[in-house]
Amino acid sequence: MPNDAVSVVVGLAHTLRAAGVAASPDRVHATFGALAQLDAASRQDVYWAGRLTLCASRDEIERYDQVFAAYFGDRPAALVRRPVVPAAQLRLVAADEAPAADDGEEDDEDSASAAAAASATEVLRHRDIATLDSTERSLLARLLAAFALPGERRTTRRLAPAPRGFVDRRRTLLRLMHAGGEPAELARRHRRRRPRRVVLLVDISGSMSSYADALLRFAHAASHRSPNSQGRGPVTEVFTLGTRLTRVTREMAHRDADAALLGVAAAVPDWSGGTRLGDLVKRFLDEWGQRGMARGAVVVVLSDGWERGDATLLSEQMARLHRLAHRVVWSNPRAGRAGFAPLAAGMAAALPHVDTFVSGHSLAALERLAAIVAGAREGRPTYA
Amino acid sequence: MITPEFRAGDRAGDNGAVPIETPEELRGALVQQGYLADDGVATAAYLALSMRRPLFLEGDAGVGKTALAQALAGMIDAPLIRLQCYEGIDATQALYDWDFPRQLLHLRAAEAAHRADDVAALEGELYSRRFLVARPLLQAIETNPSVLLVDEVDRADDEFEAFLLEVLSDFTVTVPELGTIRAERPPVVVVTSNRTREVHDALKRRCLYHWVEHPSFEREVAIVRARYPQATQALAESVTGAVQRLRRADLLKPPGVAETLDWTQALLALGAETLDADTATRTLGAVLKYREDHERVARTGLGEALEAAGGA
Repeated sequence: MPNDAVSVVVGLAHTLRAAGVAASPDRVHATFGALAQLDAASRQDVYWAGRLTLCASRDEIERYDQVFAAYFGDRPAALVRRPVVPAAQLRLVAADEAPAADDGEEDDEDSASAAAAASATEVLRHRDIATLDSTERSLLARLLAAFALPGERRTTRRLAPAPRGFVDRRRTLLRLMHAGGEPAELARRHRRRRPRRVVLLVDISGSMSSYADALLRFAHAASHRSPNSQGRGPVTEVFTLGTRLTRVTREMAHRDADAALLGVAAAVPDWSGGTRLGDLVKRFLDEWGQRGMARGAVVVVLSDGWERGDATLLSEQMARLHRLAHRVVWSNPRAGRAGFAPLAAGMAAALPHVDTFVSGHSLAALERLAAIVAGAREGRPTYA
Repeated sequence: MITPEFRAGDRAGDNGAVPIETPEELRGALVQQGYLADDGVATAAYLALSMRRPLFLEGDAGVGKTALAQALAGMIDAPLIRLQCYEGIDATQALYDWDFPRQLLHLRAAEAAHRADDVAALEGELYSRRFLVARPLLQAIETNPSVLLVDEVDRADDEFEAFLLEVLSDFTVTVPELGTIRAERPPVVVVTSNRTREVHDALKRRCLYHWVEHPSFEREVAIVRARYPQATQALAESVTGAVQRLRRADLLKPPGVAETLDWTQALLALGAETLDADTATRTLGAVLKYREDHERVARTGLGEALEAAGGA
């Protein structure tokens, strides 16, 4: 292959990476393999060679199409890079926190005033997140990082050896063979139990803006610290609800919470807009939920239920969600306030289709939420 | 600039067919199997054959992912070996298993014949190929050529995915008691997913990825006509038009090509020549599978969908 063709493809891959498509080197290698089989002089063949080897999901195909068109000169090159999202929300938080260079000193201070911090923590646990100042917020961020959100356990179809249960034919016969065909002890196995998938729908609309950062940090911790992320169960899925639905599970996969949240900010085009919850829940169900993501899962909606659109649609869609999911939990930060009544039209419409309704305004409230997601049976010995 | 190598050709050449040298020719060969591919599918399948890479297909239910594997098998005249995934599937169901009851019988028989003294020989007999039950993956590795369809991989759990990755990357199976079984030539592999969950990147990286779209109106009419030659052009067009309209109508389960074909078949069974409001209402169950969808269509008026179809 001529050198210029190589650099063109590598350049395309670079541009794709800038646009958020993970065009890894081995994929690029496959692109060359594909081009070798096709006509590299044909625009169409180049398009397909790249698309089939560099993309790994439908979203990536969308981005690929844009990048390809821009890269090969159908459109202004400005489209190539993802529009720079200001991430105003995140900047604010990042600035609120102590600069990274100060971390060391800060730790020293921490140990010096450990007792003070401990009592501050206790007070903080019950404070409404919306009323915290910036220092308290950064402490909260650290506390949130310790969260885990394992789903309630369910019985799987997979069997594992156990002292009692069904007879394990295979292992019993093995034992029989070892004993030369003489009767041996019956080997047994039972169905394994694993945590259910947890799906978090985080409302980041204007009315939730004072909670959005904390709730996303909660979501980040939940998708990392739970046993789910260690290969013992499905990954916790996170979606944001703004003016549109955005799946941020991938962005959340970043280990560092600040980096993950920056990624989320870049992926989410609609901070602090208005919400049409009904529409968004419908979109979630159409694109993800009904295919299987919501089936048998614990779905947690973190929202104040402030519905800008039609409350009947929300009611319909919540009913649909309720039929698919194992459990629907609604966490409303406003519910922690004295004299709260679910008066927001959306909240009132959704409530009949919610299994558990909890507040979510403070650390303590989020702890309770986590306990509910883990199910009443959590704490019993498990065999997974 | 680049002269294509035609490795897909020698596969087809094995069977005396003309070598396939471009995606366009592959499309032609698929048409003979009754599968009408668009550019994307044809190129994807061509590359899968020529690069010997598994093809990972995603798309809405009923867009013809499984049918492509069947058509490919027909095209290269190879058996289609299907592995339907489900939760809890493991190596003994996907790869191989020992036939324990028969091994045990053999052991007893040997004892009865007083041959049990030569332990080494007896053990060799017990763990020989004839007591090994080949499951789909091993069958595909042993059958050459063959098309392996790993259907709905998203239904299996991640343990199985990791295991599948291992088999798909080198097409060898090691049976501890027997040795390593290697594929002479790797089978053509088609992996399908309905995207109920995200399949692991490592598995996708081994594959060519293609998102299968719903076909265009003309293509879908042609698909109907190819499958049911007895359907008139008018019937095929009105059914396809109505289905494509339903697909845009915001339903819980938008109908796929499979539903278009089902509907046509239902109408043919009733002897209908065209799609009118009466026959459509009676056969709507072939297309819409949710009560809510029936209600919605009844509300917005089925006639509307049909009229537009007639006009199309």
